Amino acid sequence: MDIDVRIPDSSQAAVADFGDGSDVSVMAGGTIMMNLLNSYRLQPSKVLLLHRAGLSYVNQDGSTVTIGATTPLADLAGLPAPLGPCAANIGDPAIRGQGTVGGNLCAVGSDEFPVGDLQGALLALGATVRSAGEGGERTDRLADFLSSGDNRLVLEVSFEVPSAGSFQALRRPHTKHFTPLAVSGARDSSGGIRLAATGAGSTGVRLRSAEAEADNPSEAGRAALGDVTLADDALASAWYRGRTLPTLVERVLEELKEQA
Amino acid sequence: MRIEVNGAGHEVTSPPLTSLLNVLREEMDITSVKAGCESGGCGACTVLVDGRPRRSCLTPVVTAVGSDVTTVEGLGTPDSPSAMQQSFIHHYAMQCGFCTPGLVVAATAYVDGGGTDDLDSIAEAISGHVCRCTGYNKILEAVAAAVKSSEFDLSSTAVDKNTVVIKTGGAV
Repeated sequence: MDIDVRIPDSSQAAVADFGDGSDVSVMAGGTIMMNLLNSYRLQPSKVLLLHRAGLSYVNQDGSTVTIGATTPLADLAGLPAPLGPCAANIGDPAIRGQGTVGGNLCAVGSDEFPVGDLQGALLALGATVRSAGEGGERTDRLADFLSSGDNRLVLEVSFEVPSAGSFQALRRPHTKHFTPLAVSGARDSSGGIRLAATGAGSTGVRLRSAEAEADNPSEAGRAALGDVTLADDALASAWYRGRTLPTLVERVLEELKEQA
Repeated sequence: MRIEVNGAGHEVTSPPLTSLLNVLREEMDITSVKAGCESGGCGACTVLVDGRPRRSCLTPVVTAVGSDVTTVEGLGTPDSPSAMQQSFIHHYAMQCGFCTPGLVVAATAYVDGGGTDDLDSIAEAISGHVCRCTGYNKILEAVAAAVKSSEFDLSSTAVDKNTVVIKTGGAV
């Protein structure tokens, strides 16, 4: 069966081709989608390729950073923590050159494959997502976008530059398909601290109990265990993640303190 | 649909979402590009697209239209290998050779992008490449030597089947 392949040459054309999103599979960098296509786990009728849609950009307007959906992860490396170091920790130069912000946000995997590495960093930054689809364009807080499960076309992501930021991950001797466990933290301009983890659930997750104990890093580390469902896979057992999560939280909070 | 590979044009007959890997191997007989894991995790299919390393297994061929694709065949020939290829030979940086084309291509992009001979930086640059023979130290040495190749002339180094003359100022 022939697949209807669309290659829109503008974001408007991409939104039009996406429509209400029914029966459309969206491919940006291909690092997730090609995997599914190569192995015949996905047999789409219509595929939207976004590489010519003009959605690759990083803009800063005052303290607001806006990143286009098809911006490759490699282009984020210079951004402030936790986002820059988080992006630089993903894959290798080839994967970072291909994988995109939008694809990573939509990589709502499973407990088996928590693949959305950027989600934790962007949750900690309090990012918002502008998307198109049924009912037109809209902007959501990232946490709402992730939990809604709506089938929408991500256009761009925005966040305010934090006054302090930190990213800590399990040491990575070699490229992995996803980061086994990472913690992101950021202090916003009003002094509020947000913490989030990746590798501890099917999407990135806010560590609200740890945030409540932010003044006491070791307490916060222990509290974080109450916020997550720890994955148990070949890269790290749930036991190991449980032993290391408090340490990562503690390090993030100590690093935020040092930047005070 | 036409793609440019190693400076030559090729009319693609496969459907647009076929992986670049399969087009290179099945249509063009460019078999240096290896089908290892076919899920982006091993690095053996890495090619250069407009000079940047890309996993050909994760690249729909239609997205390569209008770009220059380079495989290890496009870097040098057996008679005239590139500096990186020479360096891999001189440092015995391969055993079975399966991962070598991807590594040479990624290392070439690293050096062309201004990479230094710092071993940690090189390790990060090739971190997506699996060598099942685990000859990583030799590979790191080869890339570091290629970075410094301006300090000595690799291209003039005689290589024959029995004698390998290495002009590295003793740093072997």
